[in-house]
Amino acid sequence: MEFNEPAGQNLFDNARLVGKPAARIDGPLKVSGLAPYAYERHDVVEGQLYGYPVGATISHGRILSMDVEAARAAPGVRAVVTTLDIAPLALGMLNVARLFGGDEVQHYHQAIAVVVADSFEQARAAAGLITAEYATGDAADFDLHAAFERLQGSGDPDTLVGDVDTAFRSAAAVVDQMYHTASISHAAMEPHASIVDWSDGERMRVWTSNQMINWTRGSIATTFGIDPELVQLESPYVGGGFGGKLWLRADAVLAAIGSRAAGAPVKLALPRPFVMNNTTHRAATVQRVRLAAASDGRLTGIWHEAASHSLPGGRGENATAQTPYFYATDTMRVKHHIVAMPLPEASDMRAPGEASGHMGLEVAMDELAEALEMDPVQLRIVNDTQVNPSEPSQPFSERNYVACLETGAEAFGWSDRSATPGQRREGQWLIGMGMAGAYRGTPVRPSGARAILENGRLIIETDMTDIGTGSYTVLAQTAAEVMGLTLDEVEMRLGNSLYPVSSGSGGQFGAASSTAGVYAACMALRGEIGERLGYDAPEFSDGLVVSGDSSQALADLQGRFEAVDEMTIGNFQDNYLLATFGAHFAEVAVHIATGETRVRRMVSTIDAGRILNPTTARSQLIGGMTMSIGGVLSEEMALDTGRGYFVNHDLAGYEVAVHADILDQEVIFLDTADAVATPLKAKGVGELGVCGVGAAVANAVYNATGVRVRDFPLTLDRLLGGLPELA
Amino acid sequence: MPPPIEFELRRRTLLAGTAAVAAASVARLAHAQEQAGSAASAQQQSDIALTVNGTEHRITVDNRTTLLDVLREDLHLTGTKKGCDHGQCGACTCSVNGERINSCLSLAVLHDGDDVTTIEGRGAPGQLDPMQAAFVSHDAFQCGYCTPGQIQSAHAVIGEIRAGIPSHVTSDLTAVIELTEAEIRERMSGNICRCGAYSNILAAITEVAEDQA
Amino acid sequence: MKAFSFERASSAQAAAARAAEVQGAKFIAGGTNLVDLMKLGIEAPEHLIDVSGLGLDRIEETDEGGLRIGAMVSNTALSADVRIRRDYPVLTRAIAAGASGQLRNKATTGGNLLQRTRCPYFYDTAQACSKRVPGSGCSALTEGAFSRQLGVIGTSDACIATHPSDMAVAMRVLDATIETVTPTGMTRRIPLEEFHLLPGDTPEKETALMPGELITAVTLPAPVGGIQRYHKVRDRASYAFALVSVALIRQPDGSGRVALGGVAPRPWRLAAADAELPNGARAVMARLLDGARPTEETQFKITLAERTLAALLLEE
Repeated sequence: MEFNEPAGQNLFDNARLVGKPAARIDGPLKVSGLAPYAYERHDVVEGQLYGYPVGATISHGRILSMDVEAARAAPGVRAVVTTLDIAPLALGMLNVARLFGGDEVQHYHQAIAVVVADSFEQARAAAGLITAEYATGDAADFDLHAAFERLQGSGDPDTLVGDVDTAFRSAAAVVDQMYHTASISHAAMEPHASIVDWSDGERMRVWTSNQMINWTRGSIATTFGIDPELVQLESPYVGGGFGGKLWLRADAVLAAIGSRAAGAPVKLALPRPFVMNNTTHRAATVQRVRLAAASDGRLTGIWHEAASHSLPGGRGENATAQTPYFYATDTMRVKHHIVAMPLPEASDMRAPGEASGHMGLEVAMDELAEALEMDPVQLRIVNDTQVNPSEPSQPFSERNYVACLETGAEAFGWSDRSATPGQRREGQWLIGMGMAGAYRGTPVRPSGARAILENGRLIIETDMTDIGTGSYTVLAQTAAEVMGLTLDEVEMRLGNSLYPVSSGSGGQFGAASSTAGVYAACMALRGEIGERLGYDAPEFSDGLVVSGDSSQALADLQGRFEAVDEMTIGNFQDNYLLATFGAHFAEVAVHIATGETRVRRMVSTIDAGRILNPTTARSQLIGGMTMSIGGVLSEEMALDTGRGYFVNHDLAGYEVAVHADILDQEVIFLDTADAVATPLKAKGVGELGVCGVGAAVANAVYNATGVRVRDFPLTLDRLLGGLPELA
Repeated sequence: MPPPIEFELRRRTLLAGTAAVAAASVARLAHAQEQAGSAASAQQQSDIALTVNGTEHRITVDNRTTLLDVLREDLHLTGTKKGCDHGQCGACTCSVNGERINSCLSLAVLHDGDDVTTIEGRGAPGQLDPMQAAFVSHDAFQCGYCTPGQIQSAHAVIGEIRAGIPSHVTSDLTAVIELTEAEIRERMSGNICRCGAYSNILAAITEVAEDQA
Repeated sequence: MKAFSFERASSAQAAAARAAEVQGAKFIAGGTNLVDLMKLGIEAPEHLIDVSGLGLDRIEETDEGGLRIGAMVSNTALSADVRIRRDYPVLTRAIAAGASGQLRNKATTGGNLLQRTRCPYFYDTAQACSKRVPGSGCSALTEGAFSRQLGVIGTSDACIATHPSDMAVAMRVLDATIETVTPTGMTRRIPLEEFHLLPGDTPEKETALMPGELITAVTLPAPVGGIQRYHKVRDRASYAFALVSVALIRQPDGSGRVALGGVAPRPWRLAAADAELPNGARAVMARLLDGARPTEETQFKITLAERTLAALLLEE
């Protein structure tokens, strides 16, 4: 089915299930510990051995030699394969660091060996016996700020509208500031893990933890130079992804090599201290944001230039991602520079680019509001637009940003905020309020599914994954809606390469795309049922298929009905800019002596089209708030610029938010529907929640203390110097 | 099509390993027992008795094996999760002799005779215990990986407050400790949820605690 | 983790004798730190002696009016003891500020004192660390290193690690004494202030214990009263090591005691600094942190310590 024009009135506008709260259908399995994650598949193949990785201990250079004799001789060891044993493996999709093979070291903890043994303890012990001699590469420069200074102004702008220089010369108010964001780790609770059976060197079966089944299946085939048809991949439960499991990673590659070498299935999970430097991360950014405005607050110029690190060939973290699209402006100049550094692979993390970019742009907007003596909410309202600011002939499909701002301000009690910082104190705590806007694009990708009706039971098969986002549930709601069934009459089968290719989970495209795919498959199934029954224009409701005076219960239909279809997206969508919007409001308390910061309450107002399931969507938003509070207050992959690696590589050193950090959270969804987006009129929400939350917190800290911090995370040492003297 | 990987192995074709695996039993426990013949390895293993969810298991463990890995790899009770394996996340939380602990930092050999409750012992689909049911109804998880540990801690936290064990946020150390949101949040802080379901976890625990009151 | 043999000790004295006799032996009780370090290859004992079942898990009153805390009393049990809560509240506060509920259930009193540093270079066996490999140097003191969590005083050119315990900071301000049994069956009493060694040129030597010697108890003198506070400052609200912590006991006349955590290789307290308490936080810290050698990244700890104490003094 092709989606080739904006959706008209359809069954989802008067839905029984879609758009209504529903508890997760995979919930009972998860709360009882019975949902099987990758490393736990004792049931799938006999004779699993244990793999354990060894990582490089330099940032870049070459391996001169490795000593594996002691490891080979260690008890229980079945195989040892080093990176020197095989030629460099080809790169999988969007990988820029080699995952294994050859003598070159491109980053710290790049995998250089895998040990396979009868037990986990034996594999780990033997891995500890392997040593390597290195020729360290030339000293590298890890100073991103200095690189930005060098690159500033160079290269063609990514976006250029009008003459920014003139706009800045004649502006009533100008903000020109530098912002820095730290590298951030996905830190999913489930480490990257796989079981691979490649015992015979032919067919490869992979049980893994991955967001994108079809991409990763293709990457495995590319990496090992085999026919993708020989690879079967399953990932029915994923213990957190956030973009960190979009791509093929070393766990699957090492397990495959170990399996081939040992002639038996091998299971391998990346040890936690290995995850941070071996896998991908959100790169640090340096940003210079310049805003020019007329005295009424109207933006006359936006100039956003940023840099981030990456291995050569990578995409870094483009902090300007939102800037061309967010605010109306007369002129605009936007440029992102990628700085090559031999650091672990920088890649996508939840709202890649935007999450960091909002820290610059939305703090700068707060600074501009202050310079103009204007309310920050009002400043954003006057700069709203209904067309793409960098391509004014392209309208937004739907944009209710102003409603987000106004609704949020009202719900939060924004009018109680003092515009002057440092005015409110409770005991030893300074209290402040801040807000920020949120922008995130919402792509829609083709997505397929198979719908089967057998003995009255509906089965949906698609390679779509559920990484905690609620796919199982929203897809079941969609299928039940279309087929006129109840939620518990639907069985969902996800995350298997045997099933039709879906959008996968990433880029905030998963739910909107894959529900459209399931809709297409179910409509095809309706056609198949109608045709076989000889029903003209059949309707499906209350468990019945009805045509004229004829009707039958689906439960009574004999035999098996099956249809496969895919929703593809027509070119018409290119005429529109599709995006989601939000406004985040935060109240913080900052300890007057120590600078400890607590986010006491937050309200987020969200405009993201039809909300398929308010329960799971709300969880996405509060999850985004939580991740952002960690991100703005404590998360930093600490870079040793002498040695070129992230030093705090475990969950004690890298501090994500804990329960005590999270106080009151409220989410308000605007009642909107975007007919251009999908037949369900839905858009993504998963990434919007990490756009702007951190900026709202930072702006609130400024409001509490009068200390403007532009380097993130906003740890207390960055506040101390500006806090009041204690009597 | 490029040749399969084994043609690119420059050294050591590793086929010996393949043959050995084909011949050997690779079941962990069976293998451990096979090895028990040698004196050195015998000293590095121990026989323990462990009661898990009411069932007694007599097993031979490598002294290095953690309680977590015995549960997951030997007993195939994979509901107890390995998130960090270093006591930094709480995913492995289970109850031993009525107290919650990080099973990843506890050697199985130190648990001879102990009584362990894992998430599988709390309830199964169709017969969830009240905390499990409250986690579902409050959507107190997303990816689900930290969830068994959260539920184990949630049970324990209510018990610890009622037992009068003070926490970092207890204001008066000599008074009866109230079951407040602040107390629950602080005491649940050893269980990290990267999906960020804390607010819903709090709601689930609060509901169960109030129902029990 | 290297394979190791295992035994259960029958008595504290027998455990100490065995530990001295068996090559590569170590004690294990809660294991919350040792198992972590063994997994990483930082500790590699060849033999473990289980001392968790020796009956050292009681808290008894001493003839001097204080308390004798068995070395295997769990952190949870110690923090919850009514006598501790009533008479030594700074100790309950400090313990409750550390780790998590799960860890405090397993962690023991003796083990807590023997925790090793959380310096990230100590924790990564690929990096030089004189504490881990004597003489290999201090990675944290090299150009570009990450040192934000590390020490500012009592450190040396060989090591700037801190002792991570909260409990020990409170015990230090309470003038605790450690009781041990030696391999020959002797009982030793070691004041806590002499227990943790400063690194000097030998950061691998961390405590005054001799080989095989086992901590059996910690004794607290009779209660000193006063207002007792523990403020732990960290980047997140819970489940994190201290950037700086301040233990304070303040008497009605303004005199009192102050100890710091998160800044030094041991709980940091000086009598001369205590004497400055009536003169305020700045005066105390001028003495207590005199001679501090912070890195650029730890400079803030000097300010933070003073401001944290100042806030505590303002509270009353």
